[in-house]
Amino acid sequence: MRGLQLPLSQTQKVRLQKALERLESLSSKVNSDASVTIADSISVNYEDGVLKGHGTAELNGEVVATVCGVVERVNKLVYVRALRSRYKPEVGDIVVGRVIEVAQKRWRLDINFNQDAVLMLSSMNLPDGIQRRRTALDELNMRSVFEENDVVCAEVRGFQHDGLQLQARSQKYGKLKRGQLLRVAPYLVKRQKQHFHHLEQYGVDLILGCNGFVWVGEHIEAKDDMIEEQADQSDSQVSRPGKNAVSLEEQEQNCTALETRKYICRTANAIRVLSTLGFSITLEIIKETVNLSLTVNLDINEMLGSEFCVLVAEREAERRSSNKKKR
Amino acid sequence: MEYVSPEGLRLDGRRPMEMRQIRAEIGAVAKADGSAVFEMGNTKVIAAVYGPREVQNKSQLIGDQALVRCEYSMANFSTGDRRRKQKGDRRSTEISLVIRQTMEACIMTHLMPRSQIDIYVQVLQADGGTRCACINAATLALADAGIPMRDLVTSCSAGYLNSTPLLDLNYVEDSAGGPDVTVGILPKLDKVTLFQMDSKLPIDILDNVMQLAIEGCKAVANYIREILLENTKELEYRRGV
Repeated sequence: MRGLQLPLSQTQKVRLQKALERLESLSSKVNSDASVTIADSISVNYEDGVLKGHGTAELNGEVVATVCGVVERVNKLVYVRALRSRYKPEVGDIVVGRVIEVAQKRWRLDINFNQDAVLMLSSMNLPDGIQRRRTALDELNMRSVFEENDVVCAEVRGFQHDGLQLQARSQKYGKLKRGQLLRVAPYLVKRQKQHFHHLEQYGVDLILGCNGFVWVGEHIEAKDDMIEEQADQSDSQVSRPGKNAVSLEEQEQNCTALETRKYICRTANAIRVLSTLGFSITLEIIKETVNLSLTVNLDINEMLGSEFCVLVAEREAERRSSNKKKR
Repeated sequence: MEYVSPEGLRLDGRRPMEMRQIRAEIGAVAKADGSAVFEMGNTKVIAAVYGPREVQNKSQLIGDQALVRCEYSMANFSTGDRRRKQKGDRRSTEISLVIRQTMEACIMTHLMPRSQIDIYVQVLQADGGTRCACINAATLALADAGIPMRDLVTSCSAGYLNSTPLLDLNYVEDSAGGPDVTVGILPKLDKVTLFQMDSKLPIDILDNVMQLAIEGCKAVANYIREILLENTKELEYRRGV
């Protein structure tokens, strides 16, 4: 079984097997023969005309798949949706990335795509919030905005000059701090209307990047006050002295509360469990998993153990079957 | 030495036209984009694919297609006598090149411009036919990474000893010094992408031996296809709607 390397006891094995079988039986009726592998021919109705989409090719007048995945049909269009593959960007996607290089007027970000993405200095809001031309001074101060290894949230702008361009023209985009970055398979995150979530009861912010990078961090109010923001920026980098002259007491005040930190870890572990099991990652399921861990009174570290994994699988099977009945 | 007994059995008890048992497993390396373990009898190979990703050496960047790289290595513990092999000896460089060329022929590189794909294969247990096992493992790993390919490449070897064509040689038969034919095919397109031979073989017998190897390749292809389909189905039902 892929990804699952946990010592399961005999009963746990049986329970997990049962839950997974139940999941399989729930989905098998919907699309039983839609899965294809490389070079499988896809049956299409040639009389209506066919548009070959991604993941397909023509061979001797037949449409064949070029990746392993699921066949999707939209009117005349036939394409194969690859499951395990790198992120395929679409304009307007919200992504989370890590800065790997600060270059001339741009940052290069790793977003799990074929190439590094580019975030131009001109396509993001300056910290002072004023719209103006970017000067040479701004360029020199780029490291004060994002440094190497910073985690950044941005939006896909499109392809220009053989590169993927990002933009961050709003308060909600920008540097992410005080939290955890999780990397999951991109196919587990579905494109939705809302990718920024705030779990009020835990005081946790959750960003489900379309590229499979998930951010779990302390909740930050979107604020316009630049002074506050700057103070915030300096104290998040406590480890770097000299840059900030904040007193110890002030730092303590600005520290994330222990309770919130625990919830961040709990949410992060919930996502880890879901991704190892290969379940899709949505706000609803994450919330349920966190609640489950709280109701069974598990410690955060125990959430990655085999017992919780089995529990989550069972709960998911239950959830899907009840969803099905409702319809 | 007698490689085929009068009863028609080989040293390890197989018939001349029989393959060793094959086994494959997808997803052996957690951090890789795609990975697989492939076993042919006692030969065991692990493959990991990284990419398509940003080109590391900018001078190697190709503007309209992906760069494919391959590294083959043998683990120190893979052979009977444990010996330290330095990286980049002639044999492994040659096999790396062979695997790279074979895989490059089937990957649709034009779909992933300005990127690079790294294939790492390592032999964990060597018992003859490592070249074939490496190609099969690499195919599986590439398919797992979701990299578009024209067709699956599969490979199998065949030999000719004691005037009998033998399928899928093991180490003892391989080191007998007889002719050893390694064939790689694209089963759906019905094309040969790899053909290597050691020693000499009369032309009329070569045809037989090659046919035998191709049959072996097809058997491997069927098995690989089954494994991939099973894996895809599992991923899909687990994800749910």
